[in-house]
Amino acid sequence: MLSRTADNLYWLARYMERADCLARILDVTQRLAQLPTAYGGSTNEWRSALLTAGCADLFKQVHGDETNEQNVVSFLAFAPENPSSIRNCFEIARTNARSVRTALTMEMWETINSAWLELKRYSTKSMTREELARFLSFVKETSLRFDGAAYRTMLRNDAFWFSRVGMYVERADNTARILDVKYHVLLPDTEHVGGPLDYFQWASILRSVSALTSFHWVYRQSVKPWLVADLLILNAQMPRSLTSCYQNITRYLDDIAAYYGRQGSAQRIARTTLTRLGNSRMDDIFQTGLHEFIDGFVVENNRLGATVTDQYLL
Amino acid sequence: MTVAFDEMTNADGSIRSAYAALARWLSDVPPDVLDFRRREAEFIFRRIGITFAVYGDSDAQERLIPFDIIPRILTGGEWSRLSKGLEQRTKALNLYIKDVYSKRDILKAGIVPEDLVYQNPVFRPEMNGQKVPHDLYVHIAGIDVVRVDADTFYVLEDNARTPSGVSYMLENREIMMRLFPELFAENRVAPVENYTDELLATLKSLAPTTATSDPNVVVLTPGIYNSAYYEHSFLADKLGVELVEGRDLFIKNDIVFMRTTEGPKRVDVIYRRLDDDFLDPLAFRPDSALGVPGLMSAYNAGNVTLTNAVGTGVADDKAVYSYMPEIIRFYLGEEPLLKNVPTWRCREPEHLKYVLDHLHELVVKEVHGSGGYGMLIGPRADKAQIELFRNKLKQDPTNFIAQPTLALSTCPTFVEEGIAPRHVDLRPFVLTGSDRVRIVPGGLTRVALQAGSLVVNSSQGGGTKDTWVLDE
Repeated sequence: MLSRTADNLYWLARYMERADCLARILDVTQRLAQLPTAYGGSTNEWRSALLTAGCADLFKQVHGDETNEQNVVSFLAFAPENPSSIRNCFEIARTNARSVRTALTMEMWETINSAWLELKRYSTKSMTREELARFLSFVKETSLRFDGAAYRTMLRNDAFWFSRVGMYVERADNTARILDVKYHVLLPDTEHVGGPLDYFQWASILRSVSALTSFHWVYRQSVKPWLVADLLILNAQMPRSLTSCYQNITRYLDDIAAYYGRQGSAQRIARTTLTRLGNSRMDDIFQTGLHEFIDGFVVENNRLGATVTDQYLL
Repeated sequence: MTVAFDEMTNADGSIRSAYAALARWLSDVPPDVLDFRRREAEFIFRRIGITFAVYGDSDAQERLIPFDIIPRILTGGEWSRLSKGLEQRTKALNLYIKDVYSKRDILKAGIVPEDLVYQNPVFRPEMNGQKVPHDLYVHIAGIDVVRVDADTFYVLEDNARTPSGVSYMLENREIMMRLFPELFAENRVAPVENYTDELLATLKSLAPTTATSDPNVVVLTPGIYNSAYYEHSFLADKLGVELVEGRDLFIKNDIVFMRTTEGPKRVDVIYRRLDDDFLDPLAFRPDSALGVPGLMSAYNAGNVTLTNAVGTGVADDKAVYSYMPEIIRFYLGEEPLLKNVPTWRCREPEHLKYVLDHLHELVVKEVHGSGGYGMLIGPRADKAQIELFRNKLKQDPTNFIAQPTLALSTCPTFVEEGIAPRHVDLRPFVLTGSDRVRIVPGGLTRVALQAGSLVVNSSQGGGTKDTWVLDE
């Protein structure tokens, strides 16, 4: 297929996944910010949302140091000056989709196009909490529909595989960042592990990846930091875990390699990362430092993204 | 003006046979049902994204072409006469362009004046003596036809460059079949959905001799900001070929390649929806970022087919149009089956004099104009507009032609005040391959939605209709 088409599909999937992740971050932040302070509610929730979304620096350039619900929501959801705002994600996704319409199924195109049309109905200015909640569930539903449409209607060929690789690379990045930021920014040093604050913070992480129920099913005990980390990093059953993302990335890259009859560095990097995840144990990760582990992972994940680009998309 | 011929209802109020079933249905169905279906159609069009861009109108970056839900109907007999005429005309166009770029017999015979070719801004000296695959130039033609009475069709315009609109022909039919299955049960309508298969067969038949037995065909688009982008992607999709932009292609050793995830792949036939000017910055406009550097060199080497060929514009401006009957007689030795609208060439002094004396009753058009821009409709114009055109004509007469205002036929159309007659034209698409000519029965009917208006162009508020050819 055309390199440009593969590139568009790859980024289309990444932006749809990113929009979904942003919607979840906003959802959870709002929930946490509403808690009384003793249960974990604090004033820096909105700042932490910016860190998780990876756009704290840009926010500071535009708005300065003042973070509150209104300016963070509008920045993450709608701001034209934030290239990764939900609105911009949908705009870019649709532009990409228009240029590769021939590679999309009608169902995928209609999902993106109607979301884009619907987006115009939400104004940033006067959004009540209720409207925001409606908006966020619209965003989540859109990515569910898009994902479902892709899964149910696309031919299983390179077009499908490239878009899946994009989705999982983005998802791995998001999971890693959610875990990292929450762990380091949210948890005050003085707080005892296992206290009520801790509980709600860790539960919020699970909620942001819609895994609170899964957690209970898998571990059958109360929420604990190392178990949350285990679920999101190593547990292959958990569809947003780093291991699960890399199982998928490896699989789809291998499909591409088999289809084209040749493999390259992208396949090798993905397999190396997957092997490393497979050989890791939670105890060791906590011993060497969760932050260091995640940092290393994010760097490797970005390297994979750049390699896929070099190998196929130029 | 005389009363226009209505395609459904005779002057005495009786219904013409082609429309019998439709007229019955229209009188039975309540207006709110029609309105509901119209909205539904609009909703579907918007969701699918069948939009077009209007240049210079930033508010309406993506607009819908209004779709009228009442079909326009031709009988099988009418169509077969029409299609014979279209085939004849397209043959002549191809022979004319070939001649213009090679022996120039028609110029030597004094039938078409030389300056009309040489002074023509779309004449491509690069094509002189250049052989094109299969000696064919206009592979996809859109011939605009209007009707004035039960028997008479006129050709209004030949589009020999990159005629657009065929996606509307196909989508209109899809939507009509979805919304009004009961109508299709009562009328035997010839299908049009095989158009893209016919197009693919045509394009493959045109591959250069150096290509493999299964030539690689692509559609070349200027990109998503082009007004007809939807159509480009629609066609590539239905053809099952890649939709490429200039940056996806490159030339090596005079062979065209596209960049793919598996490395370079050779391209044999390019259905380009890009004007000549932008094709190759090395040969034409150096500032074109849309084209492919070196494409003309690969083309000249005979390694790629461009459809339509480069330089076909010499056959479709409005001044050349006026010579079409002579062109047909010259190459084919036949009488034209389809009439030309009588045309005054303002470049000829006695014609100019007549035009200047009768401005209030004529339509004056720019020779290279299109899209309904830059024309004067005499009977509708005020004094100031007429004087403006009088001056333009005196200053640059060669740039204009004039025609009588035709009483274009009308068709019943669903508008604000209910069902009312509106003027229509028709653009059938003629495909010319190395093996044969293919025309699917029908075309794009454009309708002027304003009462009395004769301007059907989508950029000027015109709409479209599904066009039915009844299988008798």
